[in-house]
Amino acid sequence: MTAAADTAPTRTTTPVFRRAVEGKALPILIVLGVIILIWYAFTVYLNAPWQIDAYERAGTEWTATDLVRDTMAQERPVLPSPHQVVAEIWKTTVGTRLTSKRNLFYHAWITLSSTLLGFVIGTALGVLLAVGIVHNRAMDKSVMPWVIASQTIPILAVAPMIIVVLNAIGLSGLLPKALISTYLSFFPVVVGMVKGFRSPEAFQLDLMRTYNASGTQTFWKLRWPAALPYLFTSMKVAVAISLVGAIVGELPTGAVSGLGARLLAGSYYGQTVQIWSALFMAAALAALLVGLVGIGQRVVMARLGAKP
Amino acid sequence: MNANPAIRQEASSPQTSQPVVEAKGLGLTFETNDGPVRALADVDLTINKGEFVSFIGPSGCGKTTFLRVIADLEQPTAGEILVNGMTPEEARRKRAYGYVFQAAGLFPWRTIEQNVALPLEIMGYSKAEQKERVHRTLDLVNLAGFEKKFPWQLSGGMQQRASIARALAFDADLLLMDEPFGALDEIVRDHLNEQLLDLWARTGKTIGFVTHSIPEAVYLSTRIIVMSPRPGRVTDVIDSPLPRERPLDIRETPEFLEIAHRVREGLRAGHGDD
Repeated sequence: MTAAADTAPTRTTTPVFRRAVEGKALPILIVLGVIILIWYAFTVYLNAPWQIDAYERAGTEWTATDLVRDTMAQERPVLPSPHQVVAEIWKTTVGTRLTSKRNLFYHAWITLSSTLLGFVIGTALGVLLAVGIVHNRAMDKSVMPWVIASQTIPILAVAPMIIVVLNAIGLSGLLPKALISTYLSFFPVVVGMVKGFRSPEAFQLDLMRTYNASGTQTFWKLRWPAALPYLFTSMKVAVAISLVGAIVGELPTGAVSGLGARLLAGSYYGQTVQIWSALFMAAALAALLVGLVGIGQRVVMARLGAKP
Repeated sequence: MNANPAIRQEASSPQTSQPVVEAKGLGLTFETNDGPVRALADVDLTINKGEFVSFIGPSGCGKTTFLRVIADLEQPTAGEILVNGMTPEEARRKRAYGYVFQAAGLFPWRTIEQNVALPLEIMGYSKAEQKERVHRTLDLVNLAGFEKKFPWQLSGGMQQRASIARALAFDADLLLMDEPFGALDEIVRDHLNEQLLDLWARTGKTIGFVTHSIPEAVYLSTRIIVMSPRPGRVTDVIDSPLPRERPLDIRETPEFLEIAHRVREGLRAGHGDD
């Protein structure tokens, strides 16, 4: 071996290793490892009664090793093991044609499209309401209680009614589902942006007054830029609950595609592995969406001179 | 008590007789939940063109309120006040003054040059003129070279200088400063006081300056207005005999100490009730 080949690995692995130790990677991995261990333990514990029952009915002799092995390989376990879920996700994403209705990515896309549409409408609606609330005393007094009240109604109760009512006036498909996302996602944006638009200090508003600035100028040059950090924080919450809204919107409506439909179908037929893989797909999607908003936040804030 | 009419007459000396601010019997009462609070009572005062007038007094004496009335940020409840011969509101609409607050209050999302350009954008100056004025005023406050920096990259003193540049960027002849250096340390403050006098000499602006530091008031002003609280009123008006040219060590001279002593006496007299 040459000297270069000897040193090359150390040169590349040391910083990676150090980053893992000093950064967030190692703690996250340790927590993940612990969760997986606990999960496996529960897999055995929860699936054991059915398995022991099965052994006794078949009259087979069994050992602890058999039990552990078999509880992790049931077709309809109470709790599927992590590797069963991973295998199912692999099979239904990479292992299936992308255009097939059995592909999990296909279902994720259906849910994603209504999530995004609902999120965009919800954010726009939230910002507009916040502008109204901040600039109009009557709206401040009258709208905010309704905004809060809207969120105390369980979305599961409202969702079917929205779908039915909108169907009756001829709206079907993506939009009704998206509106359920909107219903959930406008709320954090209203609350965040009202706070954001009010975040300039009194003397900064006085300053604009000494320039004889118009209301529009004060809005675009002071209130809007001051509220941007609040906007991104609210949007992170909004995009995550938009996804929840889209999934909830698929549950009561007999939808045949989307992650919500997969969850429902899975529970009808006791396909726990399918439920868990849809759940993980939804979680990954949420992480991706929140991450994307976070990247947008960093880009915009860097342009606005935020401390790195 | 030295606040006799003769002194006030002296104040409006012949060579600077053009009044910028004229207040007569000015009063302001705030309605609060605990009943009315008299922030200003019966203030008669004239500020002439080119003067450097300091307002000094303990907190609650109405010095800031008086400045805010000039700026049309508060409405008086008694008496009358004219700014450049107009009501404060007309003067504000004509952008008659630049106002410097205690906090620099630069917008953190704007660079220094964008911050100084803010009033110019609002007032509709052309891009070319904005650029020229930003350059000129940043030069005036010795901040050339910091155009592209964001506020957090500058020290507190530099930020306050940028906020002064912002108030100077448009052509207001009157500069109102509300404890602009109050939050800065002594050394930075001395330095900025020196620079402010230099700037005043070069621009010939009229300056109204609120402070609670006796040396600062005496060092900077051509006239010192001593105020006392509850209700806020003028207890003494002191014309400074110091020359316009003032090196920092003028603060060691007997004349300076004598004025400082008189200011202190005035403040003590106003505090007689507690």
